[in-house]
Amino acid sequence: MPSVKIPKKSTATDMTPFVDVAFLILSFFMLATKFKPPAPVTINTPHSVSADKLKEENAVLIEFDSVGRVYFTMNVKKSEDDGLKMDLIKQVNDNRKLGLTDAEMSNFVRYTTIGSPFAQVKTLLDLPKDERTKVKQTGIPVDSTNNELTTWIGAAKLAFQGQQVFYMIKGDNNATYPTFKGVIDALKANDELKYKLITDPKSAPPGTALYTKRLQSGTKGEE
Amino acid sequence: MADIDVSGGDSGHKKGPGVKKAKKLSTRVDMTPMVDLGFLLITFFIFTTTMSTPSTMKLFMPKDEKDKDKQTEVKESGALTIMLGKDNGLFYYEGQLKEDGSNFTPATYKEIRNIIIKKKNDVIASHYHTPACEKLQNDAKAKGDKDWKDACKDKDFVVVIKPNSEATYKNTVDILDEMTINQVKRFALIDITPDENMLVKATEASNKK
Repeated sequence: MPSVKIPKKSTATDMTPFVDVAFLILSFFMLATKFKPPAPVTINTPHSVSADKLKEENAVLIEFDSVGRVYFTMNVKKSEDDGLKMDLIKQVNDNRKLGLTDAEMSNFVRYTTIGSPFAQVKTLLDLPKDERTKVKQTGIPVDSTNNELTTWIGAAKLAFQGQQVFYMIKGDNNATYPTFKGVIDALKANDELKYKLITDPKSAPPGTALYTKRLQSGTKGEE
Repeated sequence: MADIDVSGGDSGHKKGPGVKKAKKLSTRVDMTPMVDLGFLLITFFIFTTTMSTPSTMKLFMPKDEKDKDKQTEVKESGALTIMLGKDNGLFYYEGQLKEDGSNFTPATYKEIRNIIIKKKNDVIASHYHTPACEKLQNDAKAKGDKDWKDACKDKDFVVVIKPNSEATYKNTVDILDEMTINQVKRFALIDITPDENMLVKATEASNKK
C-alpha cells in the first residue's frame, strides 16, 4: 500500500526579519528620543488638569526639590542667544561682587543651572560641567530675610529685556509651602506676576464644570 | 536572505563503512536572545519618551497692594476660605471666621469639591442683578461666550486659599487645580493668619490623641 508521505518540516522559524524589524524600531526610538537635560535632582511634580504645552524656550526655570533646595536655570531660544546668558551672569557678578573670571562665566553659559548661595557660586563655577552636575548643592536661599533668587530673576529679566519670558516653576510634591512662597515672593519682588507651574497631566473628573465645558468646546483644554 | 545554510541538518548520504563522518556544525545562529535584547531596548526607549511630556498650569498672582482703597473687597456671603495643614489636612469656613471658631470645619481633599460646588451654587442662587453686572456680561459677549448671561452670576464667589507652613506643594497645586476643575473665576493664594494657624494646629493636635 502506498503511504502518503508527510514531509517533516522544521518548526524553527527564521528570526532574521524579526531582528531587522526590532532594530529598525529601536533605531527610530533612539533617534526620536530627546534626552532630558541633566537635572540636578529628581523632582516628582504634582498632577493637574491643565493641558497647556510646556515652553522650553525663553524661559526661566525655577525648580525646588522635596527638601526645599531651589535651583535656577535659564533657557534661551537658540544657541546663538548665549550672549543673553552672559549678560545675566555679568549682571549678577556686578550686583553681588562675586569676582568671577571670564572662564568661570563662560562655564555658566555652558550649563546655567545654579543651586547654591552666592558665597559658593565662584567655587561651583570653577568646576567643569561634568563635575558640577555631581556636586550636591544646597539650593538658592529664598527666605524672607535673604531671598537671593530675587537677584537671579532680576538679572534674567534684564537679560531678556524686550522679549517675552516664561517663568516656569517646577516643584516637588513633598516640598513645603514656604519654599513655594519664597519663590513666588522673589518673582513678585521683580513685578513678575504670571507663572507656569509644571505638572503632570491628568484628565478632568467627569461631572464637574470643567468636564462639561471641555465636552462642549470639544477641546482637551489647551488655551 | 540573510541565512547562510550549510545543510548540516540532513546527513542522509550514506558513506561506506569505516569512513568517518565529518562533523558538520550548523552555522545558523540562534537569533532569539538578540530579538529579546532588541525589544528590551525598544520598551526602554518607549517608556523614557512618553514620560517626558509635562503640561503647565497657569498661575496669575495679584500685585501686593498696600493701599487699602485699592485692595479688592470680598463680599462676606460669597467667600470660602480653605486652609491647608500638615499631613494633607484641610479646613474651611464660609464667610468670616467666627470668634469662637464654630464655623471652622475640617474636611478632606475629596470632600472639598462638593463644598466648593455647593458654595458656588448658593452664591449663584442668591445673585441679583446690578448695573456693575452688565460690563461683565458684555465682556463675555464680546468674547463669544454662549452663556454670557451667566457671566455675572458668580462674581461674588471668591475662594481664599491659605496654606500654612506645613502644607506641601502638592496640596497647594491640588487646590489650585480644584479651582480650574470647578471653574472658580476668582481665587487668591494668601498667607494664613496666626489665629487660623492656631486653630489648624489645635485641631491637628486633638485629632492625634
